[in-house]
Amino acid sequence: MPKKKTKKLIDKNGVRIDGRELNKLRPIKLEVGILDNADGSAYIEQGKNKILVGVYGPKEVHPKHLAISDRALLRCRYHMAPFSVQERKSPAPSRRERELSKVIKEALQPAIFVKYYPRTSIELFIEVLQADGGTRCASLTAASLALADAGIPMRDLVAACAAGKVEGHLALDLNDTEDKEGEADLPVAWIPTLNAVTLLQMDGKVTLEEFEQLVNMAIEGCKQIYPLQKEALKAKYIAVKEEVKE
Amino acid sequence: MKSPIIIRVKQKQIAQLVSHGKRLDGRGLTDYRELQLETGVVGRAEGSARVRLGKTEVLVGIKIEVGKPFADVPNKGVLTVNAELTALASPSFAPGPPSENAIELARVVDRGIRESKAIVLEELCVEPGKKVFIVFVDVYILNHDGNLIDASAMAALAALINTKMFNYEVKEGEIKVKPGYTPLPVKNYPIAVTFAKINDKLIVDPWLEEEQVMDARLTITTDKDGNICALQKGGYGYFTTQQILEAAKIAKNKAEELRKRVVKG
Repeated sequence: MPKKKTKKLIDKNGVRIDGRELNKLRPIKLEVGILDNADGSAYIEQGKNKILVGVYGPKEVHPKHLAISDRALLRCRYHMAPFSVQERKSPAPSRRERELSKVIKEALQPAIFVKYYPRTSIELFIEVLQADGGTRCASLTAASLALADAGIPMRDLVAACAAGKVEGHLALDLNDTEDKEGEADLPVAWIPTLNAVTLLQMDGKVTLEEFEQLVNMAIEGCKQIYPLQKEALKAKYIAVKEEVKE
Repeated sequence: MKSPIIIRVKQKQIAQLVSHGKRLDGRGLTDYRELQLETGVVGRAEGSARVRLGKTEVLVGIKIEVGKPFADVPNKGVLTVNAELTALASPSFAPGPPSENAIELARVVDRGIRESKAIVLEELCVEPGKKVFIVFVDVYILNHDGNLIDASAMAALAALINTKMFNYEVKEGEIKVKPGYTPLPVKNYPIAVTFAKINDKLIVDPWLEEEQVMDARLTITTDKDGNICALQKGGYGYFTTQQILEAAKIAKNKAEELRKRVVKG
């Protein structure tokens, strides 16, 4: 069936299909330390996205020949559950998932003191339970919390957010419909204290000026996510403290 | 295999030179290596091209088949890009299922072609929802000396421009081949420009030993109108916003130079 654009994605007042303004994030809920067996874990809800992250390690590397003599090996698996999208997704890792696993790993590693744990591996498992656009960014936001929860020394948390172009407007944190029907999507991961962009991808078509605006817009999004991450991390320990008081 | 000690010494030298605005092979920071391009190198393929960028060598072959369209875009042909890091091209490549590097390479090349709408996929539809043409772009790395992305993207584009589709007519739902060929509808020319960050400086077209020293990598693909259509950051380092915006400007200019070479053939 050919798709019909019955509804505009952005109305004349600049309001989006989910009721947001152009420069607003979706509601975010973050929880830390929710898995029993993992060394560190986190859960994120961003809009309709629901993503669970578990960290194991530092631990012995299997197979052994993959061990690196002067630093830890960071391994990452980004995976979408078969029921996370409209049409069932085969559970076998797709090429998209393999690529995202790679870029997520490369976005997190600059924040981790990998040299503290030579010959070990740090394993990161990301399961997308429900997807609604922008899963790589939401995964990264949660993954850096899970690493911190595992007690792995880090330079800072990594916050991630996307910006994109929808019907000619530049908008923050695209949802699934906006991502699919919009003109461009630009995910960014950012380390605040280093002012470092550690993930940068884009597909779509934008001018040089729009590109500059999108990069800045995405970083502004990251700046809003960062305090939420810190709060979520603290919340876990405040809960423990209160438990001890009782 | 080269001795790792020599590599260490050389790596230090490469990094120091870059901070003085120089490179080991005498290039400027934003100079490409010599580019050689040949098209129509494989007769069996509908289109093909070989690109040599310095010592990096890439062969791309295009095959076209009839198949079913994706359900969500029933009136469009299908584009499939695959990359093979052949084990003969480098001691670091092994035979077997595609590595994450091969997948990333294929997907970055794919993104440039797809997002710039280089191929008019609507024109590859035979019967909406039932029959379309599938364009297979197979990237073969024959020698690895760094910057596989740019070389592969250029070879893929040159091969697509070189591609001739057989003429056909549809009789009772069946495709009948007619004599003669028409070129593939290629309407845009995406060019990838890859940067490496070494000692906090940006260089373009890193060769293998520079890739071993670099902190991070950034590929910016621009189309014929100077729009940015694909981006990919790689490697375990990072970029500042300023570096990214500087790179985007350089990429646009460099791509214009390269595009003239590739489109002319």
